Amino acid sequence: MINYPRWTIAITILVCVWGLLFSIPNFFSSQIGVLPQSKVKLGLDLQGGAHLLLEVEVDEVIKTTLESFESEVRRELRRRKPRINYTGGIRVEGTDIIVRGVKKDQKETALKRLTTIDRDLSVAASGNNIVVRFTEEALKTRRQRAIEQSIEVVRRRVDETGVSEPIIQQQGSERIIVQMPGIKDPERIKRLLGQTAKLNFHLVNEEADVSAAVNKGVLPSGSLLLYEDDKEVKVPYVVRKEIVVTGERLVDAQASFQDGQPIVSFRFDAQGGKTFGKVTTENVNRRLAIVLDNKVVSAPNIQSPILGGSGIITGRFTVQQTVDLALVLRAGALPAPLTILEERTVGPGLGADSISAGKIASLVGFVAVVVFMVASYGLFGFMASLALVINLALIFALLSVLGATLTLPGIAGIVLTIGMAVDANVLILERIKEESRNGRTPISSIDSGYKRALTTILDSNITTLIAALLLFNFGTGPIKGFAVTLSMGIISSMFTAIMLTRLLVVIWLRRKKPSELPI
Amino acid sequence: MRLLTIIPPDTSINFISKRKVAFVFSIFLILVSLGAYIYQGLNLGIDFRGGILIEIKTQKIANIEQLRLKLGALGLGEVQVQKFGDPRDVLIRVQQQDGGEDAQQKAISIVKNSLDGLVQEYRRTESVGPTVGAELIRAAVLAVSLALAAILIYIWFRFEWQFGVGAVIALSHDVISTIGLFALTQLEFNLATVAAILTIAGYSINDTVVIYDRVREELRRYKKLAMPDLFNLALNRTLSRTFLTSVTTLIALLALTIFGGAIIRDFALAMIWGVLIGTYSSIFIAVPALMLLKLSRESFSAELEQEKSPD
Repeated sequence: MINYPRWTIAITILVCVWGLLFSIPNFFSSQIGVLPQSKVKLGLDLQGGAHLLLEVEVDEVIKTTLESFESEVRRELRRRKPRINYTGGIRVEGTDIIVRGVKKDQKETALKRLTTIDRDLSVAASGNNIVVRFTEEALKTRRQRAIEQSIEVVRRRVDETGVSEPIIQQQGSERIIVQMPGIKDPERIKRLLGQTAKLNFHLVNEEADVSAAVNKGVLPSGSLLLYEDDKEVKVPYVVRKEIVVTGERLVDAQASFQDGQPIVSFRFDAQGGKTFGKVTTENVNRRLAIVLDNKVVSAPNIQSPILGGSGIITGRFTVQQTVDLALVLRAGALPAPLTILEERTVGPGLGADSISAGKIASLVGFVAVVVFMVASYGLFGFMASLALVINLALIFALLSVLGATLTLPGIAGIVLTIGMAVDANVLILERIKEESRNGRTPISSIDSGYKRALTTILDSNITTLIAALLLFNFGTGPIKGFAVTLSMGIISSMFTAIMLTRLLVVIWLRRKKPSELPI
Repeated sequence: MRLLTIIPPDTSINFISKRKVAFVFSIFLILVSLGAYIYQGLNLGIDFRGGILIEIKTQKIANIEQLRLKLGALGLGEVQVQKFGDPRDVLIRVQQQDGGEDAQQKAISIVKNSLDGLVQEYRRTESVGPTVGAELIRAAVLAVSLALAAILIYIWFRFEWQFGVGAVIALSHDVISTIGLFALTQLEFNLATVAAILTIAGYSINDTVVIYDRVREELRRYKKLAMPDLFNLALNRTLSRTFLTSVTTLIALLALTIFGGAIIRDFALAMIWGVLIGTYSSIFIAVPALMLLKLSRESFSAELEQEKSPD
């Protein structure tokens, strides 16, 4: 143990220098000379910001797609001879399209025909019914695609608000994490993410009896009852089911004014513009309902054909609303509604307070531990304190290089490490002391002190490390942040105790050649 | 050169003889903890119960009573308002809303609207919906159980089964009494508390393993010493280290409690308790448990044959 090969010395020193170099930038705000630039990333609880956990209602997407297949199923059963008869109707239930009451002798033919609709659909008979649903495979890809699209749209919307460096990523199978550093009040972003923003243009069915639709629920076929619905008014409209143009055809949308009223102006792509021109030409003096997320925004009269491929949306808007609407239209519609499952926002004041509290606590803890160690072990206590400095440097260097995030519980982990890191040193020093009391020479007591303490150090640190790693793997939020610094602390304290303090002791031994230990 | 010698080198305390007193005390502690847990329950934070937590800094010194009336009248169910450190800092807790995640979001804006004009800064807004709350409980329980199981397996693997069982007894003792402390004091039990409990577990096991290591070593060295004397020897020889490590850790934790700010305080307090109880249990529970489990040289000799240590 006293034999300290050159390469071990070299590695020990290298690691220490590396730790110092990579941790120093964290303590200065500006770039210093040639030192590395990477710094520890602060968690949202320290730098302030908003964290949102969103859930994509994927089943909603599946349902909409199935509904589009519903008419296909109906057509397929009727199109060719012999026509398939069913007595119970066709309905979408959950993730199934169910055809009820198919005659026994027609079942085979029906199954065969429905199978040709789409490769993604599985068709099966159950009693008198036929059940059409997506295959497992298709369901999976469609779900994943819905999530990916949602993330893309969320990213575009968040980017448009000018948030710097947002983190947007998928969590689990249908969730999205949105982290926005520096955001004080996420209310606007929550509002922006809260709407699907599906924009559709429908012609108003001018012949329909609106009051009959509202009061008796009587609707002409191929029509829909929709409302213009905001705080002040609730106006019913009967519109044609057929969508004239969808918002997907939009290429731009801007908030603007017309006659002093806030409006949103938009532009279609070539194909959208063409369709829009054709429909408006054919329907002059009829109303065109602008429908956003199944609510009528407004239904202006078509005064003349709109041929330029651009138009405006009027309505009861405030300026902020037009700005937000233009933004979500530009960013595109979400494939499915989002739900906010969890929100954590920390203001910049609290973050700064936490950092300074953490700094003071670490400093006080550090000084007190050093004083105590030097008082208890003299020179060796001083060496252990030196190791503690390197230990902290290593933790910060590891955090910086691995790009790990430092959170408030993480700071707690570091302070705890300060207390516990000396344990390995204490174990060794106590052991050396004991050996020395048993009459061994200094060199021999140090040698066997290290040797004997080593297994204990390994056993005790590995058990703690096991706990820390599991915490990191299965923990969430604060638990994870804590586990990160704790495990780095364990690793670096093992290194400093086993390699660094030993090196210091060996150097001291070689220089002084003491006849007894000052311990 | 040394200024401090707290544990003299020739200390010889007969810890084992006091094991019955310790067992009675510990059983009492466990019963009180279980009782408090059953009858009083834990004051679960929003991480686990769902709900809303808003910390604000008011423009003028906050009138808690008035705020309580104002927010209580919003029809959002149970609303707690309390001071939090500074006289201008107020913590508002709103119970989980019926009607799922959307109702929860609506409640946040209702509260924020009603606070309009009073607030200088929203220091913290946390909202945990019903889905996530349940998941967080599951994840926390999973993390804790896996960590404990892994520790048990490791010790079993490194020592004899008596050591593994003894360590787990001591560990459970510490974890249960810490949960009891939270039930008794009604300090908030949240995700950070779970982290604290796990650290306590880590610390306690660390302490236990150090002493067990010594017991194993002395077993190899002294072939004839009676078991109680051997346990006492191991305990006394590690006492200085046990004491010093506890003190340095406590120093760091005290610094956290005093200077670490309001959010960290409960965490640090739990840890202080954990260090005290962890140190106690390593000495008075973990080692005497070996006696109870009838650890003998015979049960140990098989292993000794296998690994004739070179030192």
